[in-house]
Amino acid sequence: MAQTLYDKVWDAHIVEQLGEDTLLYIDRHLIHEVTTPQAFAGLNENNRKVRRPDLTFGTMDHSISTRSLALDACGPQNKLQLQTLADNCAQHKIQLYPVGHKNQGIVHVIGPQLGLIQPGMTVVCGDSHTATHGAFGALAFGIGTSQVEHVLASQTLKQSKAKSMKIEVIGKLSIGVTAKDIILAIIGKIGHAGATGYVIEYCGEAISDLSMEQRMTICNMSIEAGAKAGLIAPDHKTIEYLKDKEFSPTKQHWNDAVGYWQSLTTDTDAIFDTVVTLQAKEIEPQITWGTNPGQVIGINQTIPSPDDFDDPIEKESAIKALKYMGLEAGQTWDNVKISHVFIGSCTNSRIEDLRAAAKVAASGKVKSDVTAIVVPGSVEVKEQAEKEALDVIFKEAGFEWRLPGCSMCLGMNDDVLQPGDRCASTSNRNFEGRQGRGSRTHLVSPEMAVAAALTGSFADSRQFGE
Amino acid sequence: MTGFTELTGKAAPLDQANIDTDQIIPKQFLTGVTRSGYGKHLFHDWRYLDLHEQELNPEFPLTKTEHKGANILLARENFGCGSSREHAPWALADFGFGCIIATSFADIFYSNCINNQLLPIVLPSKDMDELFAQVSNNPDIIFFVNLPEQSVKVGDKTYTFDMVEHHKQNMIKGLDAIGQTLELDTSISNYEDKRAAWL
Repeated sequence: MAQTLYDKVWDAHIVEQLGEDTLLYIDRHLIHEVTTPQAFAGLNENNRKVRRPDLTFGTMDHSISTRSLALDACGPQNKLQLQTLADNCAQHKIQLYPVGHKNQGIVHVIGPQLGLIQPGMTVVCGDSHTATHGAFGALAFGIGTSQVEHVLASQTLKQSKAKSMKIEVIGKLSIGVTAKDIILAIIGKIGHAGATGYVIEYCGEAISDLSMEQRMTICNMSIEAGAKAGLIAPDHKTIEYLKDKEFSPTKQHWNDAVGYWQSLTTDTDAIFDTVVTLQAKEIEPQITWGTNPGQVIGINQTIPSPDDFDDPIEKESAIKALKYMGLEAGQTWDNVKISHVFIGSCTNSRIEDLRAAAKVAASGKVKSDVTAIVVPGSVEVKEQAEKEALDVIFKEAGFEWRLPGCSMCLGMNDDVLQPGDRCASTSNRNFEGRQGRGSRTHLVSPEMAVAAALTGSFADSRQFGE
Repeated sequence: MTGFTELTGKAAPLDQANIDTDQIIPKQFLTGVTRSGYGKHLFHDWRYLDLHEQELNPEFPLTKTEHKGANILLARENFGCGSSREHAPWALADFGFGCIIATSFADIFYSNCINNQLLPIVLPSKDMDELFAQVSNNPDIIFFVNLPEQSVKVGDKTYTFDMVEHHKQNMIKGLDAIGQTLELDTSISNYEDKRAAWL
């Protein structure tokens, strides 16, 4: 029977069928400080060991400072959590990349960068943005702490199979429109819960045209449409990306691995439960206006009115969101003043994101009443950017250049906004209070974030740079 | 873990769609290393008027006198969306909730509830309308939740709900999911023996 990519990866990981449940084997388990202390405590209480420390990799990213390498830079509680991770990894012989290590960074940035994520793998992490790794054709999804404990103990997880959704982005993107705009447009179309219960496969010319890093931006936000995971079939770009990475298959196994990876595509006559299509040329730079990622419009559209929504729930959500965001129906984006810009997060902190942002930053200066920070996704990204002197461009334009971490995406450190602050952010969630109580977040691409920094309000990034 | 079969009590209404886990428990409370003590921070931004949790917001449903002591929470579509933080069900359970009835749940939050004996019940929108109306008319009305029968009885009306059998059994028996899986050690080892060499 014709199979989807999801079917193929799923079938290859069945340890045992347990009634309607499947026990799936997990190839990679990524861990960080926030969602693991209780899992390790559970193991220790029950005298259980980590089954495969060799398939488990840890980093410090959520609770760390972006100004100092000291573990206590954000207070004793953060330090305790970071130290707990270090102790747990040492006790169970798990490779950890702590603050200061050359491989440290946001968990979803370092995984791919090290070659830990390969096509056809199953990947889990106690973090909803684990969907990022679907860009490699890996089945990757976020899990809770009880499930982290389950994977640590057994290297497996009990799962029920999700439904399948194909999202095809037809044709070529207009110049200056990015992967972030594609995924925001998709979420705008299907809604914040539009893919709940589904695994998405993204395809079409506009998706194939994307680089690996851009594909990660797409898959990263699958969870923002409620999806279990998002997949993109591996191709020559995937294979090229994985060549010579630290944990890629060695020379001896490389050809076998590539042969297998090339088989990981959806069969032409495979049937999806749902199919969604978008025309690439209709997508313009996107900005969220509300308090969930589905409340999004193009830069040249005006803020919607609650009356624009027929669905009573959407209408009610719009009334509440506009009030929280301090926006009025009919307002144009050039009239929305910002106070902050955040460039970073597992969605948009990779080297290509920083290159794209720097290109726009080189054309102007950050407005004097705007605080703008750039937080690279990993030590490797930071060092590469500095090698290319991107940090110089950012600093000269008035941006702060910080140390790698999750930072202001969720503000578990001291990168927190104050009530009423309005931020153009390259992160993934515009929930109420996400970046600080009472703060207002607008999700955009790196180029759009810089354009906002230079104008002090929102502007079409295509008018800047070369 | 003890099993879940029945729950009787009042329900508190949270009549809003898309309540995300950042609202249920904001990030500044995620630095703990244990599973306990999150209840006092539940819905922090909405429940308190100040950052130090000294002043309760009298307008927030969970603060209102008539909903004090409720052990069931009513909500709408996509409850628990966003971050995978298990601190969300820990906070809800620690506050005193044993069951959440909503139109739909986000996937990760739903499994986190099952793993914490916090019963997530999905009912159609029109049933939820009726439940919200019942609580609005009489905040003291008692809900009788029966998991083996998959029913919620409120006043003279009984609502039935669907639930995947293994989730139901795990809730009822309070099984140690990890212990169960570890009994399959031979199958796991057999699988590992045939994994590709480059993995």
